[in-house]
Amino acid sequence: MEIAIISGKGGTGKSSLSAAFATSGEKVVLADCDVDAANLYLLFNPVHEDEEVYISGHKATVDASKCTNCGLCIDYCRFDAISPGDKIVTITEISCEGCFLCSRICPENAISMIPNDKSRMYSGSFRNGKMVYGRLAPGEENSGKLVNMVREKAKNIAKENGIETIILDGPPGIGCPVISTITGVDKVIIVTEPTISGLHDLQRATGIVTQSGRKPSIIINKWDLNPSLTVQIKKWCADNNFQVEGILQFEPEMVESMVKGKSIIEHNPDNKVNKEIKRIWNNILNNKL
Amino acid sequence: MIKIAVASGKGGTGKTFIATNIFHTLLQNNHRAMLVDCDAEAPNAAAFFNIIETGRTEVTQPVPVINTDLCTFCGKCREYCNYNAIFLLPPAKIINVIEDLCHGCGACSVACTYGAITEKSVSLGQVIQYRTREYHTVIEARTNIGVLSPVPVIKSAIKMAGNNGDIIILDAPPGTSCPFIQTVSAADYVVLVTEPTPFGLSDLKQSVETLKIINKPFGIILNRADIGDNKVQEYMLNEDIPLLLEIPFKKEIAVLYSRGKLVSEKDPLFEKQILTVFETIFAQNGNSNYQW
Repeated sequence: MEIAIISGKGGTGKSSLSAAFATSGEKVVLADCDVDAANLYLLFNPVHEDEEVYISGHKATVDASKCTNCGLCIDYCRFDAISPGDKIVTITEISCEGCFLCSRICPENAISMIPNDKSRMYSGSFRNGKMVYGRLAPGEENSGKLVNMVREKAKNIAKENGIETIILDGPPGIGCPVISTITGVDKVIIVTEPTISGLHDLQRATGIVTQSGRKPSIIINKWDLNPSLTVQIKKWCADNNFQVEGILQFEPEMVESMVKGKSIIEHNPDNKVNKEIKRIWNNILNNKL
Repeated sequence: MIKIAVASGKGGTGKTFIATNIFHTLLQNNHRAMLVDCDAEAPNAAAFFNIIETGRTEVTQPVPVINTDLCTFCGKCREYCNYNAIFLLPPAKIINVIEDLCHGCGACSVACTYGAITEKSVSLGQVIQYRTREYHTVIEARTNIGVLSPVPVIKSAIKMAGNNGDIIILDAPPGTSCPFIQTVSAADYVVLVTEPTPFGLSDLKQSVETLKIINKPFGIILNRADIGDNKVQEYMLNEDIPLLLEIPFKKEIAVLYSRGKLVSEKDPLFEKQILTVFETIFAQNGNSNYQW
């Protein structure tokens, strides 16, 4: 069973909760799909067993000895990535989408496409199962494809090791890597917080989940930051028929546990939020969502 | 005229908190400022101001339309498409465009020699313009739900902001990939907002590496400076990164933010602090013609 945890807004506690769930019981495969900013490996220090290169795309480069500065590629490029230069055309790397069109139409064959091969995917063991995480090289794109690769690997590892549960810790936002994280999973959990921004992003995140034909369950984290907004979020969820699966209080020990490299469950088994976290996790696993 | 991006690798460290408060503070101190919310997947800045919508521009992308009467199912368009957006089964004479995967590059139209491919526009999102009661502008990039990449909408929002006024504050999206790069590369200076936790540090390092690659000057605001550990401070010291401001964790700040309120309105000391930070940035990185 694949369970995706997303949030819309960043910093609502997605990763901390994913870590807590991952250490709440049976062994799991934990897949960090926030490939832009993978963090869970910091808590679980996995023993690396495998590393794979991920080609995130291509960038055009110009061969100065062949380019005649004719400018044909400038006309064809729709991403404003090519501009006229003194002797040869100039490519603005950050604008290049790697579509190959310039390299195909260049009459001098002066443009070649270089693969971006700095991104990696790692997998290995941690203390309660297996972990997979992607690491997108700085400034690279197409993280959705890397998320797909991470999920594929997680599924294989789960099969090989007879592990039933896969936790996908998703990225913030509602774009490409989020869509890749939730497509075809068994359950989607949205972690929100009672802030104006949290509610707004929750609404957009539920939109992306329902668009894929499923119903997310909601966890409201740090509810005591704004009790009246928590009530408002609960009401909004009820009106829209989304189940609020649990409500967690603001817990300073969450940060302490992170600093210690542990989940809140491992850091202080007696912390009172753990009971609620375990209850939510059991409900998720027992198909009550 | 200077553009300053407020960014962070990790989400939820306080980007929008800083961007909205500095924008408000600048206006209170008679600067001609504009705020551009570039977090197009989760745009939140507008909610903090008493503003009215003054205009809305649709951002579109071309996608191919294939005329199957003219198509010979030769497969050249599929070969040209680097995004696997064309699905083709020649024996069954099936050809489809998977619009979600299309980047609108136009390669398929170039590939097709039978005139079977034309294009239509599909909406990716909107750039929404607002104005405050004092006629200052807030611009918001907002992608449609289900759109894969926010980059075209972000680009349009930044383009619309142009070079108007004296200071443009860009509220950047989280992460370090294309949406982040598009935003920060338009800026003259980047303020990174982080928190002193292991997650904050790990994502900060990613952001710093990226900014070094694209050669942008930057400094750090350390939010919730008294939580976590001091590894971020050590890292900054080793890397010689300027610390612009430390903001202690206060539950009152979190509560005000949760209500969509500006802390700078209630806390004159905080207002003074962020104003000083940004005025120093302008003085060191801004256009020298600008008179304070």
